[in-house]
Order: sequence, then structure tokens, then C-alpha cells
Amino acid sequence: MDLRYLRRRVTNVFNLGMAVMTTLLGLFWLFWILYTTARFGYHSLNLRLFTQDTPPPGAPGGLRNAFVGSLIMIGVGIAVGTPVGVLAGTYLAEFAGRKRIGEIVRFFNDILLSAPSIVIGLFVYSVTVTTMGGFSGLAGGLALAIVLLPVVVRTTDEMLRLVPSTMREAAMALGSPYWRVVVQITYRAARSGILTGVLLGVARISGETAPLLFTALNNQFWSTNIARPMANVPVTIFQFAMSPYSGWQHLAWAGALVATFAVLGLSIFARFLIRQRNN
Amino acid sequence: MEKPQLLSRLARLWDPLFKGTTAVLAYLVLALLVAICVALLHEGSQAFRTFGWHFLVSKAWDPANNRFGALIPIYGTLISSLIAIVIAVPVSFGIALFITELAPRWLRQPVSAAIELLAAIPSIIFGMWGLFTFAPWFSNYEPWISDHLGSIPGIGALFRGPPFGIGMMTAGIILAIMIIPFIASIMREVFLLTPPMLRESAYGVGATTWEVVRNVVLPYTRTAVAGGIFLGLGRALGETMAVTFVIGNAHSVSASLLNPGYSIAAALANEFTEAFSPLYKSSLIALGFILFIITFVILVLAKLLLLRLERAQGEST
Amino acid sequence: MSAVSPVPKISVRNLDFHYGKFHALKDINLDVAPREVTAFIGPSGCGKSTLLRVFNRMYALYPNQVATGEVLLDQQNILDRRQDLHHLRSRVGMVFQKPTPFPMSIYENIAFGVRLHERIKKGALDDRIEAALRQAALWDEVKDKLRQSGMRLSGGQQQRLCIARAIAVKPDVLLLDEPASALDPISTLKIEELIYELRQNYTIVIVTHNMQQAARVSDYTAFMYLGELVEFGITNKIFTNPSQKQTEDYITGRYG
Repeated sequence: MDLRYLRRRVTNVFNLGMAVMTTLLGLFWLFWILYTTARFGYHSLNLRLFTQDTPPPGAPGGLRNAFVGSLIMIGVGIAVGTPVGVLAGTYLAEFAGRKRIGEIVRFFNDILLSAPSIVIGLFVYSVTVTTMGGFSGLAGGLALAIVLLPVVVRTTDEMLRLVPSTMREAAMALGSPYWRVVVQITYRAARSGILTGVLLGVARISGETAPLLFTALNNQFWSTNIARPMANVPVTIFQFAMSPYSGWQHLAWAGALVATFAVLGLSIFARFLIRQRNN
Repeated sequence: MEKPQLLSRLARLWDPLFKGTTAVLAYLVLALLVAICVALLHEGSQAFRTFGWHFLVSKAWDPANNRFGALIPIYGTLISSLIAIVIAVPVSFGIALFITELAPRWLRQPVSAAIELLAAIPSIIFGMWGLFTFAPWFSNYEPWISDHLGSIPGIGALFRGPPFGIGMMTAGIILAIMIIPFIASIMREVFLLTPPMLRESAYGVGATTWEVVRNVVLPYTRTAVAGGIFLGLGRALGETMAVTFVIGNAHSVSASLLNPGYSIAAALANEFTEAFSPLYKSSLIALGFILFIITFVILVLAKLLLLRLERAQGEST
Repeated sequence: MSAVSPVPKISVRNLDFHYGKFHALKDINLDVAPREVTAFIGPSGCGKSTLLRVFNRMYALYPNQVATGEVLLDQQNILDRRQDLHHLRSRVGMVFQKPTPFPMSIYENIAFGVRLHERIKKGALDDRIEAALRQAALWDEVKDKLRQSGMRLSGGQQQRLCIARAIAVKPDVLLLDEPASALDPISTLKIEELIYELRQNYTIVIVTHNMQQAARVSDYTAFMYLGELVEFGITNKIFTNPSQKQTEDYITGRYG
């Protein structure tokens, strides 16, 4: 066995060994972060979290108003982002095909998908907050809708393009107008895929903090008025975690735990749906 | 048999209506990007008018005297993202290599799913973990870094600094963890696109796994790999919450990566709602505009690089 | 070349067809007899499916496909720009090579087509669906599971569902594009029996690459080659005593 061969083998084993190490490193971080969240959050987890509103420093309390506010704004985000995204994705898949305009929209949709969410927050601030005269839950919801939009556009486009064209032809052959083919046939065929995309998008906006900082702001009190500043989980966690009060920090960890596991739960559920569909 | 035609004639309006609606909403995506650009430029114009090009190169950040410059946040944004890339690229490569070439079939799916879950964790959680768990732990090792790497001639200054735990280096490491899933998943996908024939013929002449990856898979996929790296860079540049927690929020430029710094996104998150004067606010939005332009350019580059492989694939099939 | 009875259901006159620059059909002339089965045979790429897809103007879905000439359905030119495609397709039904059940229940699969063209009461719709399924020889197999997804049927059942769906709309003409090529022999046999039944009520045009099938099910056969109609006539004659050398070569298996 010559030296050159030996060196090749050693290089091979060493590099593959590094690959295993880096994978373990990646998994290690995942578990470390989840463990930290679970450990700190678990201690502060109790029923008050969901039944009481955010307290002043030093007092007991929960995050009820923040949870409700977050749900409302996520709801606005879904209500605005999903239909717009599904229809825009429909254009790309059903009408634009390989046309240049379709490729351009796809291209820039992907850019929007990765654009910094804080910039989207700034944008919504500059068009709504300044014109509507203040921070509001509605502005927060719109910012979330813009974050959600490109995710929905992309999955709708991809999922509709997976529907075999023979299915469209079969419906056309019955004399159906095209819009009916799309609404009644291809949407239905792509339903679970689109739903998965929406769920992944919702998971993403549920954890978003940056777009809410200058749109919904935050609110220490119970409010369901979407025209006013609205409490929400991520910004509350941010403020409480950065505060010097231990009571607030505990609440921040409890909120972090709930938010993390809700978001991860949604992602895992969405992935599970994908696998169901593939089988 | 004759059938009524009138109904379908009325119903025929629906087709153009449906197509038109979807088209308008698809163009909305383009309009949104343009609107973001225009709105930020408009709101930031006061700062640009007041300070001119000087805004980009000025280190000043003095709300009390209304003097603002973007240099420090730009510097911090770029440096923390570069640290992230330097760490994330080799790690992502290793993970992609493991998943595509080494892992037994049953392990591939769970490992890639777990790595992708890392991307699903809200960024604020990374921030809290970074500030309360990672930074204290890391500060134990900073004196060692300072002592050992700090004495290397030339680049030693990068690693000399106080053991705060938080700072540019910590921000970079946490950004790296956050972008690893993106880069790794793109690398994994494009590695799998390498034609099996190429791969097999390399194995056929007796190449080791590493040599196949090094000499066949990587060259075949390199533009797409570069695209994935740029995509990760784009993510890192705009990441806000995690960085805000751990970068230290210090308005200073320092040679040492262990010192606290600042980033555009962190400046916005910290100061925006407290910016009392119009010029202060405008300067912050101008920062946002600069961030948007930087990430836009990086992301366009990333997409173009990724498209190249896609095109090549499309032609060969 | 018209070998057919007094009033044809469909008359093709000087039909040319282009996919972009490719000349796919060259000056086709032929008559399709009412309530008979006409088969198009020929090697793949000869244009037989293309011709079929002219009869319901399916090609109009794709922007670079153009047909010129005349195709008369009951004396009316369906290539006319003013032709209402939805109306045309309610008169000319089509079944494809692969079964194409929609992602909905068996009942809804059939109701979808009916509702497109008529306002119909629930009771009448139920009757129509039952009649269509009976005609397609599927009723006995699915009558207890009409609410089940159409995609859970077997391949042969799916194809008969597609036939039921097409005839529920009450077309005059049925176009079958290699309807049995994706099926097993037993399902194929069922489809062929079905075609034999259906010719009592419908004008049927079938494309097939299977010559035995054409011989078994059709009354008239058209042999096409490289976009041209080589020979057209009574099936029996085409298969026993073709007048063209090319036809003979094909049916004796010398090429294709």
C-alpha cells in the first residue's frame, strides 16, 4: 500500500468525520436552545399565564392580553395574506405558465420572501401609522400579511403546477369555463399542499417580532380594538426579557416556551401533512 | 339536442374577470417591492437631504444634537453577517454532505427535518437564548480566545477584547446558527441534483467519497451553492431580534470582534419608537432603506446564481 | 374518400393543423357517420390524437396550436371563431388516455359536468347520475359508495367513471383517446363492451394504437401516417383488403 493511497484514505475519513461532527453540532444547537427554553419557561408556566393580563413590575400576572392580541393580528394576517397570495399564485401557475411576466413575478416574490421583516414593519409604519394617526393592531396584522404573502404565493404556484394538466383538460372537455376548472378542480387537487404552505407561513408570522415593533407597538392592557395599539406575545417577550425585573423575565420565558412550541408544533404538523399527501 | 347558450354567454364574463383579478394580485407582489423602496426613500429623504452622501460615511449618532451617520450600523451589520457566513458555510456543507452521502436512508429525513426545525424557531428565542445562556457561557472562553488568537500577528487585533460575552462575535455565531438551515437545505437539494452518472463514473474510477464530492459534486453545483450562501447572507443581514439581544448595542467601531457593536436592524428595533425628532426618525428610516437596498442586491444575486443550475437542469432533461 | 352514409355527423374538409411551425395534419378530408364507431389508427406521432382534439377544439387551450380548414358538426363549422367552446364541448364529450377522476366524490364527479350546462333539481340530478353510471356499466359497483372519492376506484372503474361523466352531459359525440391503453386486459374488455353498447346512442370516435381493438370495436377505420390520412373505409375492408400498400404494411406489423 503506497503512501499516496494512504493519504487519500486519511483525507477521506477525516473530512467525512468532520461532516458527522458538523451535523451533530447543528443538532446540538437545536436541542440546547429548546432545552433552555423549556427549562426556564417551565418554571414560570402556570394557569395565570392565560387568565391574567400583563402586570406592572413586581406584581403577578400573565400574558392573556398578549396572546389574544397576537391571535387577532395573526388572524388579520391570514385573512388578508391568504386570499391575495392564493390568487396571485393562481395567476403564476394557471395563466402565466412559462411567460416572461410570470418568471419576473416569481423571481421578485422570492426576494420578498427573504426580505428583512423589520423593513416590512418600517414600510407598513410609513404607509399606515403615519396616515392613520397612530400604532394599531390592524397595522400589525397588515405587516404580518405582507410577511405571509410571498410564502402563500410560492406554495400555491408550486402546488398548482403539480396538478396534472390532463385533469384540467378533462374538465375543459366537459365544457367548463376555466375559472371553474381552477376553483372546483385544481384548487381541490392542490388543497392539502396549499394548506401546508399556509400553515408554514402562519408558523413563521406567529414568531415574528420585528414587523410588529413599529406597527402594533404593544399594549400593557386588555384591548381587542384593532384600531389601537395591541399587545402581542413577541414584542412583550422582547420588552420583558430586556427588562431588569425578574417577574417580567419569568413571564418572558413562559411566553417564549409557549410561542416556540406552538410554532414548532405548527411546522411539524404542516410537514406531517406533506408526508401524508406524498404517501 | 339543442341546449341553451345564453347562460354560458353571460357566464363567459367570469373567465376574464377571474384571470384579471389574479393578474392584478400577482402584480401586487411587484408593486409591494417598489412601494417598500419608494416609501422608505421618501420617509428617509429628510436625512439624505440634510446629511447628503456624508450620511453613509459618518460615525456620528447624536440624537441630542440631531447629527446622524450610518457608518457604525452598516459596519456592524456587514461584519456580524460576515462572521456568520464564515461559520455557517463549512458547517452547512458538512451537514449537506452528511445527509446526501453518508447518512443511511432511514436517517436522512429525520436529520434534515431537525435541521430545518432550527429555522422555524422564532428569532426572538435565539436572542433570549443568546443573551441568557450562550453569552455567559461564551464569556468563559473569551479570555482564552483573547490570549491565544489575540497574539497572532496581523489578525490578532480582531480577537483582543474584554470578556463581555455579548458583542460582534456572539451576534455572528448566533446568526450563523440561524442561517445554517437555509444554506444546508439548499446545498442538500443541489447536491442531489448532480447527475447519478457523473457521480457513479467518479466512483467507478476508484475515487473516495470525499474526492467525488470535492471533484464532481461541488464543481457541478458551485453556482447554486454560491447562491445558497448569498441567500443565507441576505437573511443574516436583515435579522433583527436575535442580533438586538446580543450585539451589545454600542455605538462605536472597534477592531475587536469581541467588543460590542451595533447593526441597522438593532438600531431600528431599539430606537425607532423612541425617536423624538423628525430628523431622528428620518435617519432611522434612511438606515432601513440602506438595509433594504443591501439585502435586495444580495438576494437578487443569490436568485440569479440559483437560477443558473435550474436552467441547466431544465435544458438537460 | 368519404365512404360513409348520407348525412355525416362530422365532416372534415381540407383540415390542416400546426403546432407552432410543425405541420401536424395535412389536408385531412373525412366523414364520421352518426351512431357508428370510427377508429383512428396509425403509428405514434401520426396525428390521430391531434385530429381527435380538433373535434372538441381541445387544442384551443394552447396558444401556438392552429387549425385551418373546416370541421362541420351537424353542418356547422366548429372552427368558426364565433363557436362557443363550452357549448361545443357539451355536445362533444371526451375521455382521455389516463383516467382523470376529479378530486371529489363519485357523485360530484358526474354532477360537476351536468351542473355546468343545466339548472337541475336534486331529484332529477340523482336520476341522471344513476342513468349515466348504469350506461357506463358502473352502477352496480358504486351505488353504495357514491359519496366516496372517485380517486379511490380502480383504474378500470375510474375510466368508466370518466365515461359516465362524459355521457351525463348528454353529448351527441364521444371522443375516446386511447381509453384502454392504461388498463389491464379485463378492464379493457369491459371498456370495449361498453363502447359496443354506447354506439346505439352516440357517435363515437376512438383513437387507438391497438389494431385488434380497432378491428373489434369500430365500424369505420381511418389509417393515418405522418399527418396524412392514408386510407379510410369500412373496418372490415381496411383490415382484410386494404387498398394502400402503407396500410397493409402497418396492419401486418411491418412498421409502427
